[in-house]
Amino acid sequence: MKKSVFIGALTVAGLAAGMASAGTVDDIKAKGFLQCGVSTGLVGFAAPDANGNWDGFDVSICRAVAAAVLGDPQAVKFTPTTGKTRFTALASGEVDLLARNTTWTFSRDVDLKFTFVGVNYYDGQGFMVPKELGVASAKDLDGATVCIQTGTTTELNLADFFRSNNISYEPVPIETNAEAQQQYLAGACDVYTTDASGLAATRATFEAPDDHTLLPEIISKEPLGPLVRHGDDQWADTVRWTLNALITAEELGVTSANLAEMSKGTNNPEINRLLGTEGDLGAMLGLDKDWAQRALAGGNYGEIFERNIGESTAIGLARGLNGQWTAGGLIYSPPFR
Amino acid sequence: MTAISDTPKAGFRLSMLIYDTRYRSMTIQIIALIGVLTAFGWIINNTAQNLDDLGMKLGFSFLQEPSSYDINQRLLDYDSRDSHLRASFLGVLNTLVVAVLGCITATIVGVFVGVLRLSNNWIVAKLMAFYVEGFRNVPVLLWIVLSMTIFIETLPQPRDFRGDPPAASMVLNDSVAFTNRGFYIPEPLFSNSLGNVHLFGESSLRFDISLDLMAFLVALIGGILAARFVKRRADHIQETTGVRPVTWWQRLLLIVVPVAIVFYALGLYLGYPALKGFNFQGGIYARNSLIALWLALSLYTAAFIAETVRGGILAISQGQTEAAAALGIRPNRIMSLVVLPQALRVIIPPLISQYLNLTKNSSLAIAVGYMDITGTLGGITLNQTGRALESLMLLMLIYLIISLSISTVMNWYNNSVSLKER
Amino acid sequence: MTDIGYVRTEMLPEQDAPSSAVGVVHWIRVNLFSGWFNSILTILAIYFVASLLYGVLPWVFKSSWTAHSLNECRESIVAQYGEGATGACWAVIRERYLQLLYGFYPSELYWRVNLAFVGLLVAIAPVLFAGIPRKVLWFSAASPFAIFWLLWGGTIWLPLSVVAGFVLGYVAYVLVSKPAGSLAGTIAAFLVPVLWWLLLAAPVASGLQSIIPLASESVESARFGGFMLSVTIGVTGIALSLPIGIVLALGRQSDLWIVKTICVGFIEFIRGVPLITLLFVASTLLNIFLPPGTTFDIILRVMIMVTLFSSAYMAEVVRGGLAALPRGQYEAADSLGLDYWKAQRLIIMPQALKISIPAIVGNFIGLFKDTTLVSIIGLLDPIGLSTSIRANQEWNGIIWELYGFIALMFFIVCFSMGRYAMYLERKLKTGH
Repeated sequence: MKKSVFIGALTVAGLAAGMASAGTVDDIKAKGFLQCGVSTGLVGFAAPDANGNWDGFDVSICRAVAAAVLGDPQAVKFTPTTGKTRFTALASGEVDLLARNTTWTFSRDVDLKFTFVGVNYYDGQGFMVPKELGVASAKDLDGATVCIQTGTTTELNLADFFRSNNISYEPVPIETNAEAQQQYLAGACDVYTTDASGLAATRATFEAPDDHTLLPEIISKEPLGPLVRHGDDQWADTVRWTLNALITAEELGVTSANLAEMSKGTNNPEINRLLGTEGDLGAMLGLDKDWAQRALAGGNYGEIFERNIGESTAIGLARGLNGQWTAGGLIYSPPFR
Repeated sequence: MTAISDTPKAGFRLSMLIYDTRYRSMTIQIIALIGVLTAFGWIINNTAQNLDDLGMKLGFSFLQEPSSYDINQRLLDYDSRDSHLRASFLGVLNTLVVAVLGCITATIVGVFVGVLRLSNNWIVAKLMAFYVEGFRNVPVLLWIVLSMTIFIETLPQPRDFRGDPPAASMVLNDSVAFTNRGFYIPEPLFSNSLGNVHLFGESSLRFDISLDLMAFLVALIGGILAARFVKRRADHIQETTGVRPVTWWQRLLLIVVPVAIVFYALGLYLGYPALKGFNFQGGIYARNSLIALWLALSLYTAAFIAETVRGGILAISQGQTEAAAALGIRPNRIMSLVVLPQALRVIIPPLISQYLNLTKNSSLAIAVGYMDITGTLGGITLNQTGRALESLMLLMLIYLIISLSISTVMNWYNNSVSLKER
Repeated sequence: MTDIGYVRTEMLPEQDAPSSAVGVVHWIRVNLFSGWFNSILTILAIYFVASLLYGVLPWVFKSSWTAHSLNECRESIVAQYGEGATGACWAVIRERYLQLLYGFYPSELYWRVNLAFVGLLVAIAPVLFAGIPRKVLWFSAASPFAIFWLLWGGTIWLPLSVVAGFVLGYVAYVLVSKPAGSLAGTIAAFLVPVLWWLLLAAPVASGLQSIIPLASESVESARFGGFMLSVTIGVTGIALSLPIGIVLALGRQSDLWIVKTICVGFIEFIRGVPLITLLFVASTLLNIFLPPGTTFDIILRVMIMVTLFSSAYMAEVVRGGLAALPRGQYEAADSLGLDYWKAQRLIIMPQALKISIPAIVGNFIGLFKDTTLVSIIGLLDPIGLSTSIRANQEWNGIIWELYGFIALMFFIVCFSMGRYAMYLERKLKTGH
C-alpha cells in the first residue's frame, strides 16, 4: 500500500530533526531556502498570482531576508497561514519567519514567546461605512452590524471600544478579507472594521470606491511587523537588520536603481558601512559583506511600499505614519554603526 | 476461535506463553496493552517536553479569564467581560440549536423527497433525483458557503426597507422581515410576566428559565395527557361496544383551552420587529449565518436521508402494498399506514448516523461565522489565548459527549421500535 | 353447419391503439397528469424548473471568456449585451483553471501529475474491474512507490529503499519462521523492516544517491494545491486506511477483551468528533505530540490525521463485510484446520473485502468531499484557492463562477464514482 508516503515523511522528519539543533541561519543555509509564513491572501500584502508566485509587501520582506542570507530572493518557500495557524506554525518551527501583518502585542511577545524584530507598517484599526448611511463618527454606530476578521486583535479592540463608549453593536465574525468585502458590499453589515491599511486596500478594489468613507476614529495602535521565535538571537538580529537596512537605505537615498553605483563606494560613510564597502557589519551577523546589497536589490523600504501598496497602485495608501522620520513619519531605523 | 486442547498436567513453561492457546491470547493482549500504553506515554512525554521548551504550562485557568469578544447569536445573556467558559457554554448551546433544527428539517425534507422520488409522476421523480444527486455529490462546505452567499446577495438589506417607496417591505402584515442579515419574526411577550428563575447564580453556566414558558409547557403537556386519556377511553369503548364515540372536539378543546387560559392570564401580546437605526429591533432574530448553515446542513443531509428512506421503502416487499390495496386502502394511506411504519425499522439505523454526521458537520459553522462551539472555544478563544492543546481537548470531549448522547438516545429508540422477535 | 354467416372468416386489420393510450400523449397522461394531485405537482415542478432556468441561463451565457480582470469582464459584457447586462465572468476559470487543477505545481512538470493519475487508474483497475489480467496486480503493488516518486520527485533511491524494507521483511519471515516457528517469523517480519526504515533506509538511500545519482526534480508539498491536492489527500487517506481499518475491524470482532476495547475506543473516538477538530490537531498540535524538533510539513500532517479519520470509518465498512459473510465460511475454515491468520488471509478477507468494495468507494467519495475542509486550516485546495484568487487585485469580488466551477468538478467526480459503486453493487448481488 501507500506506506511509502508515510515512511518517506518519517525519514524526512528524521532528517529535519537532526538539523533543527543548529542555529536557524545555519539551518536555512543548509536547506537552501527560507520558509516564510504569510497570509492566505491579502491584497497588496501577500497573494499568489496565476503562476503561483507570491507577491506583496510582506512577501518582499521575506524575499529581502532570503536575498541577504542565501543570495537569492527567490529562495523562499511560502506557507500560507490563517489567523489560527500562524503562531503554531512559527512556534513549531514549520516556518522560520512570520511576515503576516501581525500586531506586536505584549502577550504575543512575552507569553507566546515570539520576538518581533521591528515594525514594517504602522497601522490602526479603522471603520469603513457607506456614505449613504450619513455616519460621521464611530460613536454614531450604536446598534450597527459590524464585520470583523476573526482571529485578530481587531475583535478585541472592537469589543473594548464599543463597551467603553457604552454603545451596542452586532459583530459578524468573518474568516477572510474577501468574504468580509462581499458581506459589506451586499449590506449584510453596515460597517467593516479592520486595519486602516486593509480598509483602504479593500475600498480601492470596489466598483465605486467614492461611495464609501473611512471614519476619522482610529481605535487602536497596530504596529505590524515580522516575527521569529524566541531563543535564536542571531536569527532575530539577521531579520531585524535586514528590515533596518531597507529602511536606512531609503533614508540615505539608496535605491535599487543606484545600488550598483553606490556600492562602488561613496562619500557617505554610513552608506559605505551599509553596503559593505567599509567595515564588515556583515561578518558580525555571520553573513558576508554584500548582504545588504543583495537585500536591497529588490528595492528599499520606500520602493517596496510604492510597488505593492503605495499611491501608484490600486490600493493607493499614502505614506502617512509610515513615512521616514525625516518626513514626519514613524519609520526609523537605528544607525548602522 | 477457541481451539479445544486437553489440559496436560505439566508445569508452566515460558514457551507456553506463545504456543499454548490458553495463554497465547493473554500474551497478545498484554503486548497490545503495553504497546498502546507506551505510545501514549511517548506522546505525553513529548508533549510535556515540547510545552516545557516553549515555556507553556498546561492548565484550564484561562477559561475563567474575560473573553473580551462578543457573540452575535446567543440564547443567554453574555457580554465581552464574561469568561471564556461562558462563551464556550453559549457555543455548545448554539451547536445544539443548529443540530436539533437541522435534524428535524432534514428528516422532514428527507422523508418527503424519498417518497416523492418513488412517485409515478415522471417530472417530480426526476426533479427529486436531480436534487438528491446534486446535493450528495458536492461537498457540504461548498453548500454552506454557497447558501450563505445566496442569502447575502439576493435578500434585501435593512436599508432597503427605508425610502419612499422602499425597495423592500416586510411581509405578513408588517410582522416579518426577511433581510440579508437574518430573519425577524414577532416574539411572544407577556404583560403579566411571571419573571425568570435564575440558576447557578453568577457562575459561567448561569441561565434563566422563563416561568412563562414553563407555565405554557405545563398547560400544553397537561392538555395533551388529558387528550390521550380521552382517546384511550374512546378506544376502550370502541373495543367493548364496537361504536366509537366522537371525541375529536373534546380532545382539541382539552389541548387548546388550558393554553389559551394561560396566555390570557399572562397577558400575551406579540412584539413586532421594527426598523430602528441601523437594524430591525424587537422580535425574534435569526441571523443569516444560522439560517444559511441550518438550510445547507439540512438540505445536504436530507439528500442522504431521502436515499435511506427510498431504500427502506423499496425493501418492503411489494406484497405488503398489494395486500393493503386489496383491502381497499387508498395509495397515500398505504404509504403512511402500511409501508412507512415497516420501512422505519430499516431506516432508523442509517438515520442515526446521518444525525451524527449533521451534528459533526455543524462544526463547519466556522466558515460562515456562526458562533458554535468550534467558533467560540475552538476559534476565537483558541486564537486569543493560544491555548491550543487545552481548547482542542475540551472541544473534542464536548463533541464526543454530544455524539455519544445522540447515539445512545437514538439506539434506545431503535430498540423500542424494532421488531420484537420472540 | 358450414354456413354460419355471422362468423367472420377474415381477420380485421389491427387498429392503432387510441391516441390517448400511446405515444407522447399517453405518456404525458400517465406520467404527468394522472390525477389532480399529480397535475398540481407537475405544474409546480415545471414552474420551478422554468423559473430556475430563466434566472440562471442568461447569466451563464451572457458571459465573457477573454477578460483579464473583473472590471474588464464587466465592461466587455456591457459592451456586448447592452447597458445593465450582467453575466458570468468565465474568464477567471480560463485564466486560473490550471491552478485550480494543479495548485502551484511547476507547470513544466504537469506531465508527472498526469502520469501519476493515469498510473493510479491503472493500479486500481484490477480491483475494480474483473476482466483485467491478474498480472496487473504487480503493477498495483509497485504503483504507490512510483506515484510517490512522480509527485514528490527527488532521489529514486528513497522509494526503492522503502520497497527494500518490504523485501527484507519477507526474507526475514522466510529465514526465521523455518527454525523458530511462524509467530517468531511474523515478529521478525515486522521488526526488521521497521528497524530498516527507521535507522538504515535514509542513509542507504542518500549513500546510493551519491554513488549513482538518479533523481528527478523534487517538488515540495507546499506546491500541491487545487484538485490535485484533494485527490492526493483522498487517495492516500483511503489507501493507507485500508490496512489499518482491516486490523481495527478484526480487533473489534476479536474475543480478546483488551484488544477489542482498544479498537472500539479508537473507532468510537474518531467517529465521535468532527474531522475539522482533527485537522485543527494536525495544524496546531501534531508537532507538539512528536519528539522536540520534529517538523512535519502541514500536508503530511493532514494526511496522517485524514488517514486516522478514514481508518475508523474503513474499519466499520470492513466489519460490515465480515458480518455479511455467512457463518459457514468461518466454520468451514476452522474445520479445514486453518489457523486464525490463514483463515483470514485465504478465506475470510478476500470475500469480505470484495463485498465491501462498493462501501469503500462510498467512503472514498465522502473523504474526497471532506478534503475541502483543509481550506479552513489554510491549505490551498480548490476552495482555499478560490479565496486566494479573490485576494488578487484583478479578481477581487468574483464569487459564483469559482464556486460553480468547483462544485461542477466535484459533482462530476463524485457522481461518476457513485454510479460506479451502484453498478458494482448490482453486479455483486447477481452473483448469489
